[in-house]
Amino acid sequence: MTAVRPPPFRPALARGSARSAQPFKDREFARAFLREMVRARVLEERLIRMVRTGDGFFWIGGPGEEAFATSLGLLVDKGAGLAHDYLHLHYRSNGILLSMGEPMLPFVRQMKNVSTDPYSGGRNFVAHAAKKEWNLMPITSTIETQFLVALGTARAQWRARKRGEKSGVTVVVGGDAGTAEGDFASALVWSSRPGEELPMLMIVTNNGYGITTPAGQQHGERNIADRAKAFQIEASVCDGNQPDKVWAALSDALDYVRERGRPYLLEIAVSRLHGHSSSTGGHRVPDEVCCIDTFEKKLLKSGWIEEGDLKRFYEEANQEATEAIETVRTEKWPDGSTVLDHSFSAGDIRGGLPGRDF
Amino acid sequence: MANMAQAIRLALHYGEKHLGVTDIFGEDVGAPLGGVFTCTQGLATAWNTPLDERGIIGTAIGLALAGQKPVAEIQFCDYIFNTIDLLKLAGNSCWTSNGEFPLSMVVMTPSGAGIHGAPYHSHSFDAIASHLPGWKIVLPSTPVDAYGLMLAAIEDPNPVLFMAPKALLRIKGEELLPGEPADEKELKEMIDAPIGDRGQWKARWPEMGHAPIRIGEARTVREGGRATIVTYGRYVKLARNVADRLAAEGLGETEVIDLRTIYPYDWRAISASIAKTGRVLFLNEDTEITNFGEHLLRRTIEEHYYTLRARPRLLAGLHVPVIGLAPPLEEASIPQETDIERELRALLTEKT
Ligand SMILES: Cc1ncc(C[n+]2csc(CCOP(=O)(O)OP(=O)(O)O)c2C)c(N)n1
Repeated sequence: MTAVRPPPFRPALARGSARSAQPFKDREFARAFLREMVRARVLEERLIRMVRTGDGFFWIGGPGEEAFATSLGLLVDKGAGLAHDYLHLHYRSNGILLSMGEPMLPFVRQMKNVSTDPYSGGRNFVAHAAKKEWNLMPITSTIETQFLVALGTARAQWRARKRGEKSGVTVVVGGDAGTAEGDFASALVWSSRPGEELPMLMIVTNNGYGITTPAGQQHGERNIADRAKAFQIEASVCDGNQPDKVWAALSDALDYVRERGRPYLLEIAVSRLHGHSSSTGGHRVPDEVCCIDTFEKKLLKSGWIEEGDLKRFYEEANQEATEAIETVRTEKWPDGSTVLDHSFSAGDIRGGLPGRDF
Repeated sequence: MANMAQAIRLALHYGEKHLGVTDIFGEDVGAPLGGVFTCTQGLATAWNTPLDERGIIGTAIGLALAGQKPVAEIQFCDYIFNTIDLLKLAGNSCWTSNGEFPLSMVVMTPSGAGIHGAPYHSHSFDAIASHLPGWKIVLPSTPVDAYGLMLAAIEDPNPVLFMAPKALLRIKGEELLPGEPADEKELKEMIDAPIGDRGQWKARWPEMGHAPIRIGEARTVREGGRATIVTYGRYVKLARNVADRLAAEGLGETEVIDLRTIYPYDWRAISASIAKTGRVLFLNEDTEITNFGEHLLRRTIEEHYYTLRARPRLLAGLHVPVIGLAPPLEEASIPQETDIERELRALLTEKT
């Protein structure tokens, strides 16, 4: 299969202010950033291996998106309630959570669909996280519906702002192919209603494909970000394979939404290093740029890391994964008798299922 | 007496004032119209949305996730079909998150035929709604029930679909709502927006009472020992009329059960009545194939087979693509009083 690349970027838009690019001038920050990226990558590689060894039914995740994922995880205002940022993510977001401070263990638990899985109790695929304490709204498989649900949390934050309360912003992430769904257009319309503009950052991670269908065969727009123009929504495009670039673009976009209380559309070109999911094999794709490779080389060259550091980052990450896999080894699937639990939030149901008396 | 639209409006006002409702929204729901059936006139938290049903349901889910209390309207249930995957998401949020993300939200929509609504203002949605696990589904037949069920829907910690029969929205009730002024004209002056310029108009709300109706509880609207009709919405009145007529003919007394809730349905009430009469007719206007009444029929057969005194029956809408405008087409598509009478007569007189 010949890779069809995303449409060309407009470099004029791919900028970041000097302030927003600042952290990458710091050696410790750059090293820590790389370490987080490696952690995200290693988690994905180990999850893929789990499917191969029969320790899970299906893998999907975000290897190739680590520069973006780590940046967003570090930039987001983490917490519960309207005062903090709401996250409406899709199924390539494990790295975002890791850099927010999540350990690997819950991902491994969800992969093995054991009852200890804190996101879904063994009910859903891996990469379908949900975490109330961090405003991480449940990740659902339905492409693009998160762009609609995000409108609700953004509306609540818009109102909190109007009342003069401290309010975070809403961040929603989806892929490129999904923008063909009407839900993406809905998000543009609803977030830019005159006088009621929503504090919402819309992010499109453009990997050039929807499963196997190249974007170039289905989309005539030059950049997806161009669609914002008709709604007077600020937008930009950036290269997601360069940590400092994507950090700067994200940080500027988030600042804009926070300060102005208005929507922003950020299109980020990312790589997809293991194909769509385990359904397409999950093997490493040879001809995609790897953001970790690039960053490693850069830091090696500048002398900010040494081969030994790198080796240690991978070892530490693998150690964490190994320990998680070991912990989960003896954990069990949920019992079939729990299948109706949480169909409703309160146990006050009468009538209903045949053979059951509520 | 208040009509059903006024009753819903009063319940929503009560919800805003006392039950934490933060958003009442949908197409033309805010000023100046206040809803195509006037259900949302004058409400403090009502706002107009873009013409986008998926956006409306998605926003409701997001608001609920953010701890708000949304009541979203789909203008007619005829236009709810493009939101079904979102309704499914709302229905499975609590389950899929293992109890962490329940959604307390209400979606209201007018349903059914009977207003000369042609193909796209005549749809029913109860059969498909019953295929949405995780939702509670209510369908009132009177203003008092509409008021009480709306309060219960707002208070419920789960997603609740509130369907109002289109044909009944403008029909006055036979009982006062708790707190409703006895003088109908006074109520109208207080809460109905004037025709024409509404720029300065504000509703004056009566002090309403808290009278939720438990979701899942049917109401026996007519007692009887010879046969049972289980129905809801617009058909409650028709079933009662027919039962009165046939009783007057000496064919026996028919019990009429107004289900009020489609899920979780009140099987105890249905089952107790069938145990008493041994004769049952399920009645509604949705299309007959995989109709909700078919499910009730199945349970009847499985649980009452040996004590039934007559063949149990379902009278429902034809499996016709949509309902036509010309009255003879509509009449041929959904049960009419004459059809109900024919079925009930056969049920009452069938020899065991
Ligand atoms: C509404 C919907 N349609 C189809 C699918 C099946 N599906 C899963 S992923 C996918 C491709 C999505 O591509 P894109 O939006 O570019 O995101 P990516 O996976 O590339 O990150 C499809 C079609 C789905 N999950 N949801």
